[in-house]
Amino acid sequence: MNAVELHGVGKRFDEWVFRDVDLKLPNERTTALVGPSGCGKTTLLQLVNAVQQPDEGVVEVFGEPVPDAGLVPFRRRFGYAVQGAGLFPHMTIADNVGLVARLEGWSADALRARRRELLDIVGLSEALDGRYPHQLSGGQQQRVGLCRALMLKPRMLLLDEPFAGIDPITRADLYPEFEQLRDHEEVTTLLVTHDVAEARRLADHLVVMGDGGVVQAGPIGEVIAAPCNAFVRDLLASAP
Amino acid sequence: MKRLMVAALLAGSVPAFAAAQPIVVASKNFNESYILGEVVAQLLEREGFAVDRKLGLGGTKICYDALTVGDVDVYVEYTGTIAEAIKDLDGEPTLARLADALAPDGIEMTPPLGFNNTYALALAPAVAAVRNLRTISDLVPHGDLRLAVSHEFLERNDGWPGLTAVYGFDWTPTGIEHALAYQAIVDGAIDGTDAYSTDGELSRDGLVVLADDRGFFPTYLAVPLVRAALDPRAKAVIALTAGTLSDAEMRDMNAAALGGADTATVAADYVARKGLGDASGPRRVDADGFWARLAGNTGRHLQLVAYALVPATVVAVLLGVAIFKVAWLARGAVYLAGLLQTIPSIALLALLIPLTGIGVLPAVVALFLYALLPILRNAVTALTSIDPTLRRVALAMGLKPAQELRFVFVPLAMPSIVAGVRTAAVISIGTATLAAFIGAGGLGDPIVKGLSLNDTRLILEGAIPAALLAIMTELVFEGIERLLTPGHLRASGGAA
Repeated sequence: MNAVELHGVGKRFDEWVFRDVDLKLPNERTTALVGPSGCGKTTLLQLVNAVQQPDEGVVEVFGEPVPDAGLVPFRRRFGYAVQGAGLFPHMTIADNVGLVARLEGWSADALRARRRELLDIVGLSEALDGRYPHQLSGGQQQRVGLCRALMLKPRMLLLDEPFAGIDPITRADLYPEFEQLRDHEEVTTLLVTHDVAEARRLADHLVVMGDGGVVQAGPIGEVIAAPCNAFVRDLLASAP
Repeated sequence: MKRLMVAALLAGSVPAFAAAQPIVVASKNFNESYILGEVVAQLLEREGFAVDRKLGLGGTKICYDALTVGDVDVYVEYTGTIAEAIKDLDGEPTLARLADALAPDGIEMTPPLGFNNTYALALAPAVAAVRNLRTISDLVPHGDLRLAVSHEFLERNDGWPGLTAVYGFDWTPTGIEHALAYQAIVDGAIDGTDAYSTDGELSRDGLVVLADDRGFFPTYLAVPLVRAALDPRAKAVIALTAGTLSDAEMRDMNAAALGGADTATVAADYVARKGLGDASGPRRVDADGFWARLAGNTGRHLQLVAYALVPATVVAVLLGVAIFKVAWLARGAVYLAGLLQTIPSIALLALLIPLTGIGVLPAVVALFLYALLPILRNAVTALTSIDPTLRRVALAMGLKPAQELRFVFVPLAMPSIVAGVRTAAVISIGTATLAAFIGAGGLGDPIVKGLSLNDTRLILEGAIPAALLAIMTELVFEGIERLLTPGHLRASGGAA
């Protein structure tokens, strides 16, 4: 069973962002979604957790179509992290990480144990639990963002350029920490990025999007070895 | 926020209206009308009626509207004003014709009090004596006199132009600001001016009023207007005033009030002197002491503000929360609330009278409408300017709409919302002083009374506490803002 399958999916705002997208994302793998700005990477990501609804076609997640109703519990089955971390500035680190678990009715002990389990992996000490996001560095904030995304033990993690805007040295530290989290949690990951080098570093499956839809998809080695056209070749070659 | 509501509820436990059914006596907002209102009120009290005073209620429209909707039972009006301002009748209608015009409104007149408060020309006594001037006709050949009249009198058809047509003046006086004219005569800078025939200054300064020997000026006889439905016994008591007051007597009473006498005392002296009503009846115990009055006015003032502010906060915040996601609705609502605020407060109060009557209700409604804008605007602005990334994250992590609001949107917008409530509170405290014009009381009461009586001490008795209240409100809200400021803003020491 694939983690995500798109069948003839199209999405339009004023104009069509993409149409006729057929795509299969393998389970228990990390898939990178690359492509130039404005090609609809983020939109496609948001179709998976029903933040956006497709205008045509069907999206299936773990063998079931995305529901029309009951979206809130459905969305809670995914982890979600974004560029800049998107932490709530008025909440402490502990509250940011634990908010949805608390709404799910977790006990204080369970909350704390799970929070520490995750934050320990990325090296954030308990002393930071009571701090506010602005008191942390950008790298620390994104570590918290990843832990928040994983709090409810989701089967799938949706990442929207989480490492963009972070300086290269910090990013080099973040990659292995992310990999530890991912492997510890055994979570299927869909990573949207415009950075081909990052895709090569973290993903084992690659989806290349261009104007109007998916241009090529497959195991990352195969795509790199055999770009299907000049667009894919140039895009992959742009990586350092 | 909770604490604020509790305070408002406590303030609300003071009853807004007396339980009994006293006769409501109003007056317009100038000296003479205060005195006449007191005369009517004291007369009724002497005959055993309970009276509720709404003296200095407002101008013609406010008083008359209040009478027609039944919020007021009686006030003293002038025949000329009824003919021109209220009923727009041509010529100089007879009392019978005026009565016919008032009848459809459910309003009756009792007989005129006697005096005629119309335009007049007044001269310095020395000038009048030396030149032997007694009538306006006598004045015609004295173009060398330094006559200075108000600019309005120079322009109005029932002023100088009409006077010239009837009496044949071949000269024109100069214009002067009316408020300065009496002092100018005393100083010898001018010889005469226009006046209202019962102005207290005429009596105080011993000026000579020239007789209108050709009957040019329209008559402004003082007549009590009563609701037709009023207890006939009360009407009979009010009618006791008929023909008891001459121009000179009214002038003397105005002069006494001008000299600082309490209008209630002036009225009481008159009622006693004329032997009106039951002399053994209860005499009005004079007004409360300063501190009791101050406490009463301040309490009522806070009550008005709280009655308006609490619902305005609830409505504006709920409305803001309900519509902020729809851009055109949010813009439209803020625009509409802004439009409401551009209506001058006095106009809004006057417009509300036919709908709500006079007193607390229209004042609270008006204050409510004015308080909406700052709160709504701040709420909508704060909610719409929340970082879109945070909104996306809140949605994607599976927060229900109510949870988004409670945990993300409202806390982030809170500093701005509180700032809006603070602005609204300070505006309301200022605007609430105008509520006195429609009989809602509060700290505006001494201000309005002081303005009409030209009594600076009375004005300050309202203005200073109102200013202090505004300052205290600022301080209280600073505290509330500190309490409600989210942690991230407090920790960084900043404020939104």
